[in-house]
Amino acid sequence: MATDWQALDRGPVIPGASSVAYRTGDWRQERPVLDLQRCVHCMLCWLYCPDSAIRVAAGRVVGVDYDHCKGCGVCAAVCPPRASAIRMVPEGAA
Amino acid sequence: MSRRRVGLTGNEAVALAWKQIRPHVVAAYPITPATQIVERFSEYVAQGEVDTEFVAAESEHSALSACVGAAAAGARVLTATASQGLALMHEVLYIASGLRLPIVMNVANRALSAPINIHGDHSDTMGSRDAGWVQIYARSVQDAYDRTLLAVWVAERARLPVMVCLDGFTLTHSLEPLEVYPDEAVQTFLGEAPTDGYTLLGGEPITVGPLALPDSYMEFRRALAAAMERVPQVLEEGVRAFRAHFGQDLPSLVDARGTEDAEVALVVLGSYADAVEQAALRARVRGQRAGFVRVVTFRPFPTTPLREALGGVREVVVLERADTLSGLGGPLGVEVRAALYDLEVRPRFTDVIFGLGGRELRDEELDNLLRAGPPGGVVYLGVEGSRVLELA
Repeated sequence: MATDWQALDRGPVIPGASSVAYRTGDWRQERPVLDLQRCVHCMLCWLYCPDSAIRVAAGRVVGVDYDHCKGCGVCAAVCPPRASAIRMVPEGAA
Repeated sequence: MSRRRVGLTGNEAVALAWKQIRPHVVAAYPITPATQIVERFSEYVAQGEVDTEFVAAESEHSALSACVGAAAAGARVLTATASQGLALMHEVLYIASGLRLPIVMNVANRALSAPINIHGDHSDTMGSRDAGWVQIYARSVQDAYDRTLLAVWVAERARLPVMVCLDGFTLTHSLEPLEVYPDEAVQTFLGEAPTDGYTLLGGEPITVGPLALPDSYMEFRRALAAAMERVPQVLEEGVRAFRAHFGQDLPSLVDARGTEDAEVALVVLGSYADAVEQAALRARVRGQRAGFVRVVTFRPFPTTPLREALGGVREVVVLERADTLSGLGGPLGVEVRAALYDLEVRPRFTDVIFGLGGRELRDEELDNLLRAGPPGGVVYLGVEGSRVLELA
């Protein structure tokens, strides 16, 4: 929804820290599915995720923030092969 | 108010203006013929005469980018460049204006390559004419000094970046008498940099320059156009404040003389105003009613005052130091013609391109042009092989 141009005299400056409000999750074509049974909580996925979308609590991986995960698959790629706790699944598939 | 009278070159005068402005940040990269502005200013910084954060950048692109960041943080920011340096800044020029940042830049007008040339013409700043910067062209060293001070006042109130252009070598390296205003008067005139607290260093986090897609981009651009439309009013207030503080009158948009009864009017930009005004006066002595119009502010384009000055004139001659290479002549001529198009009676028009790459314009060439009568169309004056040269 556009703002009237008369209200934009300050130029393109908006309140900061707005990335949380901006849902990027619907850009996804594939979603990471996390198997907490296999996860060793090495934190590599949390470290590499470019959107800070790996949810962590008390030093342990607890899930994925699907409102912001864009489905890039970096988490699945860095997950240690012996754990293989993250699978990329086509969006819409079970 | 006690003034000092000194002899300074254009570049030294601009550097002195900068010292008196006391900018928070200067980020620049040296280039002929603008180098001494920054060189001299860096000496002021090194000697502790001004506490500016001086950023010696690795390119003009970086220099203006640093200016953008500093201005977004609320700083009063100055820079200088010329020619290829301005061309390298091109991308960032649009960002500075689009973000409504009041950066002031002195441009020492110089030709563009190729062939390479370090001397004066207006090709460089004419290439930036649609970048959303206010463009003011100085006539003399004094004018370059005055308008650099004025530009800060205007930029901060119009919230737009401003270029103050001075002809390479003709002004940058020419020693002229300069009336210098006291430091305190400059500081009183400018006051604190006005801020609405809406800066990167303000209390709340902000995002400067977010993505604006088809649903909002055009609204931002319309607002930018409106900001430019308001500049004549801001300039008018600026020259009033300038007169009040320094006792100096500055024409804000155009300086028109003797156009009321003129049969022919000469229109010019920058330091050749003196030579062209003198040519108009010599024509008067010969019995030819000639007028003179100096375009002071090229952006925004002074359409209304030009219509007023040239409305009753039979013959208009634009003399300019740039070319559009479009077949339509130079940029000033194209725009003067556009401004006059809606007149009931349009004047006959000649666009004279001269002085490219520092080529001198001789008085007799101007006199011959006026004596013979302007030929109409687009002519290149002072070029080997030119038909106008043959009139001599």
